[in-house]
Amino acid sequence: MTLDTRVDRRQFLRVTALTGGGLLLGTILDSVGASSALAASGAASSAPPVGEFSPNAFIRITPDGIVTIIAKNPEVGQGIKTMLPMLIAEELDVDWMDVRIEQAGLDTVKFTGQVAGGSSATPNHWLPLRRVGAAARAMLVGAAAERWSVPASECETAHGVVTHKASGRSLRYGALLDRAATIPAPALDQVVLKDPKSFTIVGTRVKGVDNHAIVTGKPLYGIDVTLPGMLYAVYEKSPVFGGKVKSANLDLIKRQPGVRHAFVVDGVGTSLDGLLGGVAIVADSWWLAKSARQKLQVEWDEGVAAKLSSKEIAASAAQLAKQPPQRSLRTDGDVDAALASAAKVLHAEYYYPFIAHAPLEPQNCTASYGADGKLEIWAPTQNPAPARSLVVQALGVKESDVTIHMTRGGGGFGRRLMNDYVVEAARIAKEVRVPVKLLWTREDDMRHDFYRAAGFHNFTAGLDANGKIVAWRNHFVSFGDVEKFSATGAQGAPPFGAGAGIGGGEFPARFVANYALDASVMRASVPTGYLRAPGSNGIAFVTQSFIDELAQLAGKDPIQFRLDLLANEAPAPAAAPNQQAGFDASRVRGVLEVVRDRSGWGKRTLPKGTGMGVAFHFSHRGYFAEVVQATVSRAGAITVDKVWVVGDVGSQIINPSNAENQVQGSVLDGIAEALAQEITIDEGRAVQGNFHEFALLRMKQSCPVDVHFHVTTFAPTGLGEPALPPVVPALVSAVCAATGKRVRSLPLSKHDLSWS
Amino acid sequence: MKVSLKVNGKPTTVDAPSDMPLLWVLRDVLDLKGTKFGCGAAQCGACTVHLKGAPVRSCQLPIASLQGAEVTTIEGLSPDGSHPVQRAWEEVDVPQCGYCQAGQIMSAAALLAKNPKPTDADIDAAMNGNLCRCATYLRIREAIHKAAASPASPAASAPSPSRPRQAGSPRT
Repeated sequence: MTLDTRVDRRQFLRVTALTGGGLLLGTILDSVGASSALAASGAASSAPPVGEFSPNAFIRITPDGIVTIIAKNPEVGQGIKTMLPMLIAEELDVDWMDVRIEQAGLDTVKFTGQVAGGSSATPNHWLPLRRVGAAARAMLVGAAAERWSVPASECETAHGVVTHKASGRSLRYGALLDRAATIPAPALDQVVLKDPKSFTIVGTRVKGVDNHAIVTGKPLYGIDVTLPGMLYAVYEKSPVFGGKVKSANLDLIKRQPGVRHAFVVDGVGTSLDGLLGGVAIVADSWWLAKSARQKLQVEWDEGVAAKLSSKEIAASAAQLAKQPPQRSLRTDGDVDAALASAAKVLHAEYYYPFIAHAPLEPQNCTASYGADGKLEIWAPTQNPAPARSLVVQALGVKESDVTIHMTRGGGGFGRRLMNDYVVEAARIAKEVRVPVKLLWTREDDMRHDFYRAAGFHNFTAGLDANGKIVAWRNHFVSFGDVEKFSATGAQGAPPFGAGAGIGGGEFPARFVANYALDASVMRASVPTGYLRAPGSNGIAFVTQSFIDELAQLAGKDPIQFRLDLLANEAPAPAAAPNQQAGFDASRVRGVLEVVRDRSGWGKRTLPKGTGMGVAFHFSHRGYFAEVVQATVSRAGAITVDKVWVVGDVGSQIINPSNAENQVQGSVLDGIAEALAQEITIDEGRAVQGNFHEFALLRMKQSCPVDVHFHVTTFAPTGLGEPALPPVVPALVSAVCAATGKRVRSLPLSKHDLSWS
Repeated sequence: MKVSLKVNGKPTTVDAPSDMPLLWVLRDVLDLKGTKFGCGAAQCGACTVHLKGAPVRSCQLPIASLQGAEVTTIEGLSPDGSHPVQRAWEEVDVPQCGYCQAGQIMSAAALLAKNPKPTDADIDAAMNGNLCRCATYLRIREAIHKAAASPASPAASAPSPSRPRQAGSPRT
């Protein structure tokens, strides 16, 4: 438990560290200060109107019964701005139609965990935010009980009304506010929560709270922010990752129409996710800034990555794969001995490429640096607290002088966990001393991403005479800190590049007696990061595909082969690292069996050229099994016919409408990755720059996605990511079933899949 | 240069560089932020607006070519979000991030104005130029069918005699 001493004692009654997610919640009973969640307009709210009840940092109720709930986390399409307030409203026991939502800005005094990542919002808030609502409800009940001189335990609530049945009295919340403010707040871990059977909001199909603004074109996103006197900026960085400006033709640029400023920005440090050097052009309109940029000529010091290419990376990976691994991440049993005595041995080399996030709203940020030295930032960030730290560190400003407003983000997918565009906008605004909107082009966005790390997996496995896997080895070649990576290097977590790592508990660890996971790394000269289901989006492909190959080799049905493997669980050796400690084989079996039944697996006769494939994956605390049916034309063109998805994310689907949407989107996103997505590197730079070179899925390619949630008794977990990973190997195995061709490297578009 | 055009039914004169695309005139000169920038290359459809009722990519249209043009943006599709396509989008709960949806809605509205009862193949053809990075395509398709079936859609109601519908426009 930590107490933040910056909280004004007057406003502060109790800070409780809540169990189950580490959310630190300041319960502020003084209504002053509880309403400073800032609108995108930037105007700080003043003291709330008289008569308003603000039992904590999340809730305000006015006498008309309208409940304002603060949405504390960034919204980038995962539906959290709707879902987290649902949890509060449910336990507050009000009607959803009486709820208004306000987006919070970054406020590390009132809130923690203001991040969109890791599908973590559901598990981290399921109980804590319900308790926030329940605590406020208890205060309102207490107020009514006092007024009627009856025990609070005899009072009930529903639809924003407290009722005392015995005396037939009832009062709206709006009529109880003054008295409720005098009732001591209950301890959050003591409040009574509803039985899920009596939920009226949670579990219903609640529509996105911004839907109306979206369909009518209201300004919502970072790119829509406009400030008085604002100028527009573009920023040119070295096309080679990590390059620096030597010189630029700034005099010519300054003479271009509408250009107000053109200057070189020196980078800070050498990290690819810090402030990188470049040339800023600031003009009266974005179009004029961009037009001037076409005349910009920069001489770059291209640095160490100048000659890097995808070919060179592949050659280095192949070389490393032949050598003894740099590190062992896990060893169980004796793999060599088991391979030597195996009835059948299979070796396979798998590869997945760099891919870009490509959110549809290109990176942008608006910043204003005032004469008072205060910096105000509007950003579509997924991760505002590190954004502020980065700005403080790179610009030498005080943390207390930096305000960050979170706008809606036009897609995130993990790209906006990095805050490079935020620090660039802040740096430019500090230089020009007027509000500036920095906007990247699509090409900037695609060529200066933090890519899903490419990965090379070198598998060897052995089957016994009964077709059971008795040995499994993977030598994984990835990116990281070469100096620190060797077996004699620093202990602890291996220094993989961002999003380029793997855990020693990766399946099928604990399910194969003789198991080894080894790793070697190459220097990470390409910026890598976290793409939706990071790690898992590549690891599921290679692991589940290789398991499918082993099922074929064993002559067994791919689903039965997996069920048999899952039945073979050994307890985790105490000394072994096991980052997947939550992995519960019975939950995987559950989703596999249901998807087998729902998809009619093995029950239909499919025409030649059509096949079905299956895969499962556990990530982000969610269990998903998926079956893909795909048809491949004789010429080799793939059509995905249908996907069946079964997911186990616990006991409660909080918002079924958004849950289905997330799962269908994840699955179609994964299909797009598998079909055609690849960023290649040549001469130290990303080759692909726009959607004609990097294909997102289109309407014609989208297929029916049958979504079923397999409800279990476990606590609810998140849905932004875990449905994605299994679809990739399921599709690859469906293509194999259709054509007989096993694809071991992505994307599928690079392979000749024709058949006759 | 000065260009006179009609935007959402309102005669407007803008002073902008001749090569400035309509997208940026709408967003940064006229402060109509509903039309979105996604690619600048007619690859994504986020900037779709109607030119005399036909869907066009506004990032590719220099303002100099639009003297006297009639442009409708998402803000002008209806005064209050009541266009059948907008209503269907809300009812089906289509958006995830929502960034592409203005462009999707403009393409869908243009499709329904021309083809009040589109088949799935018609929808594929009309909507294939609009990317949705969140891949809400299944709901987009559902919402288009729903809008086509709604009482207020061009398919289900005759043009009101008092407010005649313009040829090629989905609404009065």
